[in-house]
Parts: sequence; C-alpha cells; structure tokens
Amino acid sequence: MTTAIAVKDLTRRFGSFTAVDSISFDVQSGEVFGFLGANGAGKTTAIKMLIGLLAPTSGDASVAGFDVATQAEDVRRHIGYMSQRFSLYDDLTVRENITLYGGIYGLSDDVIRDRGDSLIRELQLDDSRDERVASLPLGWKQKLAFSVAMLHEPAVVFLDEPTGGVDPITRRQFWEMIYTVAERGTTVFVTTHYLDEAEYCDRISIMVDGRIAAMGTPTEVKQKFGAATLDEVFLHLVRPAEASHAQSA
Amino acid sequence: MSDHETATPTSPLEVRGVSKRFGDTVALDDVSFDVSPGELFGLVGPDGAGKTTLFRILTTLMIPDSGTATVLGLDVVGDMWAIRSRVGYMPGRFSLYPDLSVEENLSFFASVFGTTIDEGRSIIAPIYDQIEPFKDRHAGDLSGGMKQKLALCCALVHRPKVLFLDEPTTGVDAVSRREFWDLLDVLRKSGLPILVSTAYMDEATRCDRVALMQQGRVLAVDPPAAISARYPYPLLALHARERHKLIQAARDYPHAKLVYPFGDELHYSDARTDLAPERIADELRARLTNDGFTDVRVAPIHAGIEDAFMELMGKPARLEKVAA
Repeated sequence: MTTAIAVKDLTRRFGSFTAVDSISFDVQSGEVFGFLGANGAGKTTAIKMLIGLLAPTSGDASVAGFDVATQAEDVRRHIGYMSQRFSLYDDLTVRENITLYGGIYGLSDDVIRDRGDSLIRELQLDDSRDERVASLPLGWKQKLAFSVAMLHEPAVVFLDEPTGGVDPITRRQFWEMIYTVAERGTTVFVTTHYLDEAEYCDRISIMVDGRIAAMGTPTEVKQKFGAATLDEVFLHLVRPAEASHAQSA
Repeated sequence: MSDHETATPTSPLEVRGVSKRFGDTVALDDVSFDVSPGELFGLVGPDGAGKTTLFRILTTLMIPDSGTATVLGLDVVGDMWAIRSRVGYMPGRFSLYPDLSVEENLSFFASVFGTTIDEGRSIIAPIYDQIEPFKDRHAGDLSGGMKQKLALCCALVHRPKVLFLDEPTTGVDAVSRREFWDLLDVLRKSGLPILVSTAYMDEATRCDRVALMQQGRVLAVDPPAAISARYPYPLLALHARERHKLIQAARDYPHAKLVYPFGDELHYSDARTDLAPERIADELRARLTNDGFTDVRVAPIHAGIEDAFMELMGKPARLEKVAA
C-alpha cells in the first residue's frame, strides 16, 4: 500500500481564530476514510486545504503525491470532488454534463465518449441520457455526480456529505459504489452526518474544535471510548466542547 | 369540511386527498392524514417526497390542484388570512436576516405579527434562554445549531396555535440534531401541535405519529412503533469479519428477501414468514460458518423505522442494482 494522503501538523488560522489546529494523519491507497465532526469543527477548512483551494498557515499536506501548497494544480488534476451543493449542472443533459466535465479534466473526445457510454450503461441511465439533469430524482443525480467525479480515474476522491436527504435504499446503493471504486484502488475521503455510514468506513477521524479528537477503525474508536455506537462516541466528544463554548460566551 | 369549522375541540390539521403537480412531476399524490391536538407529527421521507410542497399548501402559500385541507378548522384556500396569523412556520432554508442581530431578528418577527418579544417570552423562554447570551451577534455569524434555535424562536414569538417546521435539522450534526428534538419535546409538553418534516429516519422515533412519504405518496401513517411492529418478515442482524463478502453471500441465500447494510451489521429479511426467527438464525449461522466466514454473529432483531421504510418503498422502478 502507498500513502494517498499525508497530513503533518496542518494548521489554518483566520485572524486570531484557529480553524484547523495542527492535525496529522495518513490515508492509504484504496482506503475509505470517514472525516467526521460537528458543524464548525473545521472539517470544511481542512478539506479546502487538501483539495488545493486554501493555503495552509503552517504544516504540510500531500495528496496523490503532490504538495497542496506548492503543487495545487497537480493536486486538483489527480482528485475527484463531489458535494451535496456542488455537483452537476441542472440545465445540461446527462450526456452534456459528462462531456463538460470530461473536457475540464482534460480527457480526449474518444475517452470521454467511451467512459461516458459505460458510465451511462452501468447507471442504467440509457433512457435518460438526453434528459436535463434537473429532471432526475435526487438519488440518481447523486450517483451520476459521483460517477462524473470519477470520470478521469482520480487517485483520490473527496465526497462532502454525498448522501444528505437521499432515501435509505439509494443511500446504501451509493455506499456500494464507494466500495467498488475503493476496491479498484481509489482512495475515498468522505464526510457525513449519518453516523451509521461512518461504520462503513475503514477508518474514521472525529474533529472537535479544529483538532482530531479520535481516529482509528470504527471498532477501535468505539472500544477506546467504551461506547456501543459511534453516536455515543460523537456525543461524548462533542458535547463538552459545546458546553464550554456556551460558558465562555 | 365546513362543519369542522365550528366543531370543538377542533382538529389542528386535516388533510384530505391533497394532490399537486408541477408540469409532469407529481409532487403530492392523494395525501391524507390528521394531526390531533397536542400531537408532534412527523413527515418522514427523502428529498422529493413532497414534504415542502405540503408545508406550502398548509401555510397558504400554494393552492392544491385537488383535495382539501384545514388548519385549526380553517380552510387553506378560503381562510388564508385567518390561518396566516395563527400559525408559526420555519421554512427549510435559513430565513433570517443575516445582517440583523439575534434580538433584532426576533423583534422584527414579533412586530410583523403585532406583538413584542416580552409578550412571546413565556413560550420562547426554553429556547431563547440558550441564545440570549449572543443576542447582539449578527444572525449570519451564528453556528448552525444556534441559527436553528433563533429561527424556531422567530416562528414561535407570536404564540401560534400550530407550528410548522420544514426540515429543521437538515445539515445539522448529530449532537445539535438531538438537542433540537429535546427542545421540540419541551414545546410538545406545552400542548402546541407540531408538524415537522425530516429526511433522517432515526428522527421518526421522536414523534407521536408519522407519515412516511416517498415521491408524493404517503406509505404509512401511524405511531413509529406501530409501523415497525407491522414489519412482515423475520428480521436478523448478521455480522462477520468479511463484511463485503457477507453482503453477497446473504443476498445469494435462497430465502433472502431484503438485505441491507446497517452500520457494521447487515439486516437480513427472510421470505419464510412462517418460520421462527431463531430457527432461521441457527440455519444461517451454520451456513456462514461452514462457508468460511469468521466472527459470525446472527441474532433475531425487531425492525426499526428505516427497515420499515425500505420495505414499504419497494424496489425502485429502475436502478435496482448499481455498479460504479
């Protein structure tokens, strides 16, 4: 196994506020890594640094072998990114979205056509290829968005709350897609508010107030805190932080 | 429905055969249910189930294509203005003024309804006490959980007789979600009827009754425990160290009806409804061990609301099985 994401003492400050406070971790190739934390814990800031959109204040991080601070362009070319908010263009058809993103990722027309065809076939979207994405049910949109984020066969894919609002069957189908790409060697870095989904990850980390408060396999993390579920662990870690905020205000 | 206008005690909410289309899309398809006085009633379903459309109809912002609905005995089409002054509505999107302070937002919403923060104090106190330390902060600078609490205060400050909350916990972390539902418990104890929607299945259990919704249709209406109790198949929790292989093995089992991952387990429904779950468990345990699985655990369990929802959804029309 090789290291797909290496993070060492990564820190980001905004004025006097430290959003990400010296976090360190490694993610191996083909690993499904769950990046958890309460709202405002610093997850989004950390992800922005890892995908080369925000410069670290200090510390180092490399993704797919490229330094996020000095080789941000290379990082972005070798990763896929999908979030609930930013994914596909509603007013373009399924086919047009694939062509557009294939072009952005620098794929040749032939490759775009071939991969687009097989993607449409595997998602069973043959009948909908010329429909506007806006007309697709949310669950399909999310699956399509994930496939499009994988179009250039990136080494690492970042999924930011990919299953919010999705029905429970589609949510599980989505995770089967995640397993499939991980088995092919792609590293999956995923955030979620569904703690049962966190159980599907090979390893998880839980961020609290800019720091990583727990990390390991879901079983290790539960054992460490003597908890039956990750929900309990989360509550245990997050509630004291919220309580101290309220006091200091 | 006009006879209900004078009946006492009035049912806070009655929905009868409500349908609504947008072009080719059926947003609501013959939806019916009642909410009883003092009830915390949940609309539970994924995005696209029709929850927001229903809220817009019930708060008189949209007219149904067919069917009728009354709020506090008032018709949602004919008695629009009377309804608007009597209900509290917290829309799904953040609806406050980010450049106004916490206190200014609350004063504004109070004044729109011709009242003051002090007059609404008794009802908002349990929530407002938690955000009052931040009353001078801009609403746009609040954390997600705090914003939700302020929005709830703004929907309550005019002392409504019914409260509508459209996905108040969407995008909110697990701890803040739990705290929000604790607040709804407090409000429920005051006797205020509440209609609340959510895409989080686990939140259904916090409601007195729920309507499970999917693509504009109501799949079931009942207390969550009653819906779970009606689950038609023997249900087992399976666990083995070889988790991914286990999914396929369980699906390939000849009597498998439904197999879904739940955290680090699988929930396995068996098609043989006449067999005792313990016997099926013994059979599966032996089979999986024999097939080389390790750390095998098989135990009969009771269905939860998410099991029930997936069973009621049935299989999607297309896309039964998906490969990346």
